[in-house]
Amino acid sequence: MSDPIYEQVRGNPKFAQLVKRRGRLALLLSAIVLVSYYAFMMVVAFAPQVLAVPLSEGGSLTIGAPIGAAIIIISWLLTGVYSHFANGPFEQLNNDIVRETLK
Amino acid sequence: MIRHHAKIVLPALAVVLVAVPALAAGGDLGVVEKQPINLSAIAMFLAFVLLTLGITYWAATRTRSASDFYTAGGGITGFQNGLAIAGDYMSAATLLGLSSLVFAKGFDGFIYTISFFVGWPIILFLMAERLRNLGRFTFADIASYRLDQSKIRTFAALGSLAVVCFYLIVQMVGAGQLIKLLFGLDYAVAVILVGVLMVVYVTFGGMIATTWVQIIKACLMLGGGAVLTLLALSHFGFSLEAMATSAVASHKEGIAIMGPGSMLADPVSAVSMSLGLVFGTAALPHIMMRFFTVPNAREARKSVFVASGIIGFFFLLVCILGMAAITIVGTDPQFFEGGKVGGKLLGGGNMPIMHLSKALGGDLFLGFLSAVAFATILAVVSGLALAGASAISHDIYARVIKKGQCSEKEELRVSKLASLVLGALGVVLGIMFEKQNVAFLVGLTFGIAASANFPILILSMYWKGLTTRGALWGGLAGLISAVTMVILSKAVWVVVLENPAPIFPYEHPALFSMTLAFLVTITVSKLDKSARASAEIAAFDDQYVRSQTGIGAAAASGH
Repeated sequence: MSDPIYEQVRGNPKFAQLVKRRGRLALLLSAIVLVSYYAFMMVVAFAPQVLAVPLSEGGSLTIGAPIGAAIIIISWLLTGVYSHFANGPFEQLNNDIVRETLK
Repeated sequence: MIRHHAKIVLPALAVVLVAVPALAAGGDLGVVEKQPINLSAIAMFLAFVLLTLGITYWAATRTRSASDFYTAGGGITGFQNGLAIAGDYMSAATLLGLSSLVFAKGFDGFIYTISFFVGWPIILFLMAERLRNLGRFTFADIASYRLDQSKIRTFAALGSLAVVCFYLIVQMVGAGQLIKLLFGLDYAVAVILVGVLMVVYVTFGGMIATTWVQIIKACLMLGGGAVLTLLALSHFGFSLEAMATSAVASHKEGIAIMGPGSMLADPVSAVSMSLGLVFGTAALPHIMMRFFTVPNAREARKSVFVASGIIGFFFLLVCILGMAAITIVGTDPQFFEGGKVGGKLLGGGNMPIMHLSKALGGDLFLGFLSAVAFATILAVVSGLALAGASAISHDIYARVIKKGQCSEKEELRVSKLASLVLGALGVVLGIMFEKQNVAFLVGLTFGIAASANFPILILSMYWKGLTTRGALWGGLAGLISAVTMVILSKAVWVVVLENPAPIFPYEHPALFSMTLAFLVTITVSKLDKSARASAEIAAFDDQYVRSQTGIGAAAASGH
């Protein structure tokens, strides 16, 4: 027993489009974050010396430092990317669906 | 002290997220020395308390309905909520625990900092909008959306309460120890003070007051951290390279601290820990509750963007501070017991950032940071009490016992009573556990959240085939296995029960208990051919539309 309003939304091609596009973006971004994080962790576990290479000849900072910082900063920027699309064009699409359904 | 740290690495990690208590949990604070009364710290803390009590008074005049009480009427903006989420997540343990990990272990501390961060983008991508669109007041609202109201709601509410109570004890014990150390107050006095203030904020000001306490505290912490980082950088001529070179020269392990060390030699522990922290965090009732305080999914997304920006920035600052402390604190005899450099740090292994603030900013800045640490504990326990009270009044009382047939006024009365009871319980348990090592409670909190609550939550939103029977069996499997593994792990089996060796070799059960919970939930759901099961599966389609579009959820914000 389905609510007729929800039934109507499911019949709306824009709904299928919204779900598909937003879902794909969410999956892609999650994959980028998780793959880069777990790749980093695997290097830590199995090839730690790779991250201990100094940034400059005879310097103390290692390339691990900017790589680690980049994981944090890039993950954060990706939340910006998601919010931009989900709150922009996808939200537009969502509002269209809501309007068409509740009119 | 560094060697000592290596042994407590895992509990210390747990501590980091979990908060100050972990301090005690790390076994590091243990029973701390009472310090001389710190007047500037107390004065600044009093100013914070007065300000937040003023806000509570203002919030009380605006808290009329149940929705105002539980979720600030859904009237918090995305930006404000982002600050409040960051406030929830940047606990005193983040400040003290992460910086002391970097101080002791160098790059390994940084790796853990990263691990504590990466959960946030995932929460945004996979959960934020569905949480907002489906939930009303509590996490049980979502879990029981299309499943059996009394069974699943009761299980989810009890799961929330278990997490809240364990976490509350951890916070209370940590609060008592930290305040004794920083302010020179008696342990019992400190615990009672925290309990009373928490009850006042929550019963009178509800979510509005709790949110503003979080926001103010987040700003103070961010401001304090930023100023301290500037002072630390100026000490090294604003050169990270100079800071690193000096740290290498000052640290026992020399250049080794700039690369991954021994802490993560075992990938199984590392993964289990990170799974538990990431998904446990995502299922902490007081964190999830924050998603119901914004008017719609749009603001929910914005709040995660703001929160993760602040958290990420703050985490990077904390790592720089830890590195600066290696030189500034680690070579200064005034911060070591008996003035013996390399010996035991005054106040225990979690204090480097406090000593750093004294070295760079004098007693006044130390007082400020101490006040911020106290404010942080207050903010976190308030959020916990509110989440616990809503599980009792909204889920158990109004929905399960009264079957939804009770007036809003009655529900509100019960929730205020519940927060009073939780406050009293927190104080009593806090005092009872004073001399206990509470590390195992940290493991329990995150183990239960990740293994009993998270699988039901995520499957109810994502998997059509979930049934009541599957969710109950899976949740129980997660709960029982997580509790058993924590009991058999070192934190309880060796430290509390004093057996020679742990039966379960890892500190964190999530990799095993969470996997088990998922497997059992899915298998039992698939085998469930009852009529109820097919009705629940059929109900997914409507739930799915609402979770995606928010249609039907608008009423949830009550405006």
